[in-house]
Amino acid sequence: MEMLARTALHLLLLLLVAPLLQGVIVRTKALFAGRVGAPLLQPYHDLARLLRKECVVSRTTTWVFLAGPAAGVAVPILAALFMPFGALPAPIAFTGDLLLFVYLFGVARFFTVASALDTGSSFEGMGGAREVTFACLAEPIVLFCLIVLARIADALSLTALLGPHLAATWRGPAGLSLGLVVVCLLVVLLVENSRIPFDDPNTHLELTMIHEVMVLDHSGPPLAMVLYGAALKLMVLGAPIVRLLLPVNTGSWAGDALVFLGGMLLLAMLIGVIESIMARLRLVRIPQVLIGTTMLSGFALVLVLR
Amino acid sequence: MLAALILLPLLLVPVAWLIPWYRVRSWLLPVAGASHLLLVVLALGGVPDAAPGEWIGLDPLSRLVLLVASPLYLGCALYAVDYLEMRRERGNRTMVPCLLLFLSALSMAAMSRHLGLMWLALETTTLASAPLIYFNRNRLSIEATWKYLLICSVGIALAMLGLLFFAYAALRGGVPVSLLLSDLLAAGPVLSRPWLHAGFVLLLVGFGTKMGLAPLHAWKPDAYGEAPGLVGALLAGGLTSLAFLAVLRTLQVMNAAGALGMARPLLLGLGLLSLLLAALFMMRQGDFKRMLAYSSIEHMGLLAVGVGIGGLATFGALLHMINNSLAKGCLFLSAGNIHRAFASKRLADVRGALVALPFSGALFLTAFLAVTGTPPFGIFLSEFTILRGIFGAGRLWVGLAVLVLLATVFIGMGASVLAVSQGEPTERDMAFTDRFLLVAPPLLLLLAVLFLGLYIPESLRLLLEQAQALVEGGA
Amino acid sequence: MTELSNLCLLLVILVNFFALGSSRLTACIQAVALQGAVLALLPLATHGLSSHSLLLAGGALALKGVFIPWLLLRAIREVHIRREMEPLIGFVPTLLLGALATAGAFIFADLLPLVEAHQGGLFIPTSLATLFSGFLLLISRRKAITQVVGYLILENGIFIFGILLAEAMPMMVEAGVLLDLLVGVFVMGIVLDQINREFSTLDTEQLSALKE
Repeated sequence: MEMLARTALHLLLLLLVAPLLQGVIVRTKALFAGRVGAPLLQPYHDLARLLRKECVVSRTTTWVFLAGPAAGVAVPILAALFMPFGALPAPIAFTGDLLLFVYLFGVARFFTVASALDTGSSFEGMGGAREVTFACLAEPIVLFCLIVLARIADALSLTALLGPHLAATWRGPAGLSLGLVVVCLLVVLLVENSRIPFDDPNTHLELTMIHEVMVLDHSGPPLAMVLYGAALKLMVLGAPIVRLLLPVNTGSWAGDALVFLGGMLLLAMLIGVIESIMARLRLVRIPQVLIGTTMLSGFALVLVLR
Repeated sequence: MLAALILLPLLLVPVAWLIPWYRVRSWLLPVAGASHLLLVVLALGGVPDAAPGEWIGLDPLSRLVLLVASPLYLGCALYAVDYLEMRRERGNRTMVPCLLLFLSALSMAAMSRHLGLMWLALETTTLASAPLIYFNRNRLSIEATWKYLLICSVGIALAMLGLLFFAYAALRGGVPVSLLLSDLLAAGPVLSRPWLHAGFVLLLVGFGTKMGLAPLHAWKPDAYGEAPGLVGALLAGGLTSLAFLAVLRTLQVMNAAGALGMARPLLLGLGLLSLLLAALFMMRQGDFKRMLAYSSIEHMGLLAVGVGIGGLATFGALLHMINNSLAKGCLFLSAGNIHRAFASKRLADVRGALVALPFSGALFLTAFLAVTGTPPFGIFLSEFTILRGIFGAGRLWVGLAVLVLLATVFIGMGASVLAVSQGEPTERDMAFTDRFLLVAPPLLLLLAVLFLGLYIPESLRLLLEQAQALVEGGA
Repeated sequence: MTELSNLCLLLVILVNFFALGSSRLTACIQAVALQGAVLALLPLATHGLSSHSLLLAGGALALKGVFIPWLLLRAIREVHIRREMEPLIGFVPTLLLGALATAGAFIFADLLPLVEAHQGGLFIPTSLATLFSGFLLLISRRKAITQVVGYLILENGIFIFGILLAEAMPMMVEAGVLLDLLVGVFVMGIVLDQINREFSTLDTEQLSALKE
């Protein structure tokens, strides 16, 4: 029974809070630009509006086209089951679940790219190629980071990796590596969620788009699913960063959840700040930055291995 | 008295900078050079060897280097007076202070008994000589200056790391960390070997760069080719001797630690490589000042081979250091005259120097004979001694290789020098003639080389033996 | 105090990576300034407050952190050069080489016969890694100014090693070393200016007239 309640809380947190984070990011950026900005709950309205709209599907497409948005929502929910939210342990934990976690997102990416290719548009193919290229470069970073954490925790499940030992680790000699891991994960978060400086979610020029260009042909409820899936992904991938930065165990469910939520909101604000003060990188520079980050994560690994 | 050797030129730097009279400023150089030489002569007789713990002091090695560098500097300083007169358009407000600073740093490097201090002085010589190379202010000289600065700075930085490795060897050996030469020598046997070896390699790379040993010689042809003759003379005669002294200092430490067996093959290898490269590049050299740079590389190689073999060859190398400095002085100064007169240093443009400039041309030709080891000049004697040392040590193949390479150098260099001096004069700048101060200093330097070939004073032989014992005795 | 020095050393390594991967000259110079300033903390963190460490820290901060970067920034402001366009070895390969060198330095430092107190520390590997990075920058870039930056990073690597052995270098010598560095960069700055005047570029590829 308790198990069920935990799972429900976990999923509810995810499903309800995720769009709010997008609202916070937009609001932070608006404040930085000196505007009032859209209300915090605007993403919920947007989703509702899109769900009510009619869905237009190109005649050249097949079921693959709709599988993309579906996978985009399903995978983050599934992945969230392995990811602890702050001090709240993950509903499912077993040795090696971190690999499953990493490759679940690979599945989602496969479907997104396949659905983009399914339209037969050259723009979407280009976006797909870029998405996959950058994902290839981002994947080693995640793995290195997880290996570092696994080495520190001496365990192989995400819940154990992000366990209560982190607070002590920060003060110990491995704290340096932990700092590097946070930086690397932040970079991955920005890449995977198509944020500035790697991609601009608000761009209007197809040639410069990466993620957005792949979903150009979606409309109505599928588009809502794409947007919702993106919000979920941001939250799931942001969760380990929040946990690393706020390794607090209050002892009660409510307290843990509140700490986690506060952390997520702060993280969203941080993303907003980053988006406000940085310009988008040129496309050719992105692989360089990603490789640099890979080296950082590799360096963090060297530090904990010696 | 020793402090005066360093401070006197240093004090003259601001004076030279401030006084407004061009001619007087030029004359500051010989004044400084002459008083320096006077002080050196007095110090050689009057100042006892340094006691352990002193930072500045003399020992046979530093006496030798001072004995070489000071007369060479005076010669170049006298030459500079007329040279600067001739090139008034360039001004001497940079040249003179830099040359004075160079003298000060040179004395400090020669006399410092603290390796850090020595490093400092060597680096200062690099910095002081960079503006000198840029004297001609054209594209080529700027390129040469840039390469010189960058390569030598990096080299000397590596030498600093090598010094720190020596210090770490002491730390690891459990003795108080110090870079005083006397402390390091005393701690010799307990120094940690791996650090010592690594440090020696780095120091050899660092000081070898300054010496111009192949394959670290890349800056040398450019810098010597583009610098005015007198700067080339100072670099090839003075600076390289200082760098060689620095190498000898590290050898002293290696000897005290009983690690000469590791150091010698490295020196020998670099030395032979330098000889080989110099011989190869000298064969088809179309620029006679660059050719002189390769000659300098050759002689540095010979020095390295000498100390790499040890024993009598080290004695020969020390003697060779003296001869080489003096002969290089003469060679560069007379080559500078020819360069001025013909306004070119390409072999294709320069012919008949003997007719056009009877004195400078003859000096250049004779200095070539001296520097390639023709009897009766001193270099013949020192090269012969080194070769005797090599064969005496049973290194037949090394000796033969050196002989063959020396012969190649003679042929290669001879072809160029003869082409420059013989034949009908090509078109040239008629305003330039042999002036007294442009000819007398190289002549005196040449006479000194000749004298050393005919007779080595007993006191000098004693000094050389003491110096040799310092480098590799008693281990 | 070990934590402070470890943090500093980590920052130093990050700056190495940044300098290797960045094409913007201004950013490179600012990174080196940061590195110099961070290095200034190290003597204090390792040796505590003594006149020697204070002098070292002050000297490093003033020269490596402020004055030399200022000189370089001034130099590039006058020559209107912003980017290192075509390095001899690309940015990604140099980054990878730098990472390999850094990892190698860490492994190598574990094999070295170190004194008890330095074993497992970050000092020696960081020093070696910084040295390599500087060297890499020096040989892989065309712009004269980036080469100066490489030289500075190389010097910084040696400086880190020197901090471990502060007793070996008396104060006088240390001050002289810093002064020499300053004068060296100053002279390089003048030469840079002259290169720019003669060639209207700071590309060292232009400096290739002298060869056999």
